[in-house]
Amino acid sequence: MKDVRDALMVGRNTDGKLVNRPISPFMLGSAYKPQMSSMTSIMHRITGVALGLGTLLLTLWLVCAASGDNAFSIIQAFLASWLGLLILFGFTAALFYHFCNGIRHLAWDAGKGFELPVMHNTGRLVIAATIILTVAFWAAGLYFW
Amino acid sequence: MNDMNSDPTIHIRRSHLGRARGLGAAKSGLHHWWAQRVTAVALMPLSLYFVISVLMLSGASRAAMAGFMSEPWNAVLYLCLIAALFYHLALGLQTVIEDYVHNDAVRMGSLLVVKGVIVFCALASAVSVLKLAL
Repeated sequence: MKDVRDALMVGRNTDGKLVNRPISPFMLGSAYKPQMSSMTSIMHRITGVALGLGTLLLTLWLVCAASGDNAFSIIQAFLASWLGLLILFGFTAALFYHFCNGIRHLAWDAGKGFELPVMHNTGRLVIAATIILTVAFWAAGLYFW
Repeated sequence: MNDMNSDPTIHIRRSHLGRARGLGAAKSGLHHWWAQRVTAVALMPLSLYFVISVLMLSGASRAAMAGFMSEPWNAVLYLCLIAALFYHLALGLQTVIEDYVHNDAVRMGSLLVVKGVIVFCALASAVSVLKLAL
């Protein structure tokens, strides 16, 4: 061990034996079964990163709209294509999941909802709300379009 | 850093305080945490507004979109959305990179690239909204 920081990565287990501390994302490894807490948590991150990629599309949409009729017609045609619609569908599903689960995180920050049965119920509620909001959005979208 | 397969040992004889000193609170963690929550709360109404605006603008012509943005409230709400969204995105991606990228050089490089791209996209979006609005 060469570095002082490496020493910080070593701890003792309950038997007093020296072990390497697990490095994130250890909760997805062999030590834990998939469960509501870890799965909704990692989905929050995955949808967050996906929404980050989606903001590139938002930027492109606004820049094309500001650039001129030609550029705007190209981006609108792409968004209306099957690939564009698929990306937009994923974007809305990720947005509604991150929105609903984000409210769950803010409730935890306020110290509410930590009890296991409550946490399981709010997790199921987030998944149900994501499906309902996504379907409602696309029903409204197809109606207005 | 650590070779996870080798037997863990500590060769450096230092006290726990000595090891922790200089590696503890970065003096800026609370601001990061708080800014992430503030932007999250701001994004609750703003993202709902965004979703509704996208529904209203689906299949719209460029003239209709310029007409939409020329309403001052819409332009201001879009600028608020861009500020909160890209700030929240920068904070979130920073957390993800710091958690999963363990190589110092790669971590520093990816953080700089991600933040640079985010600033660029935020400015491009804001300027586009202003150009449509004015």
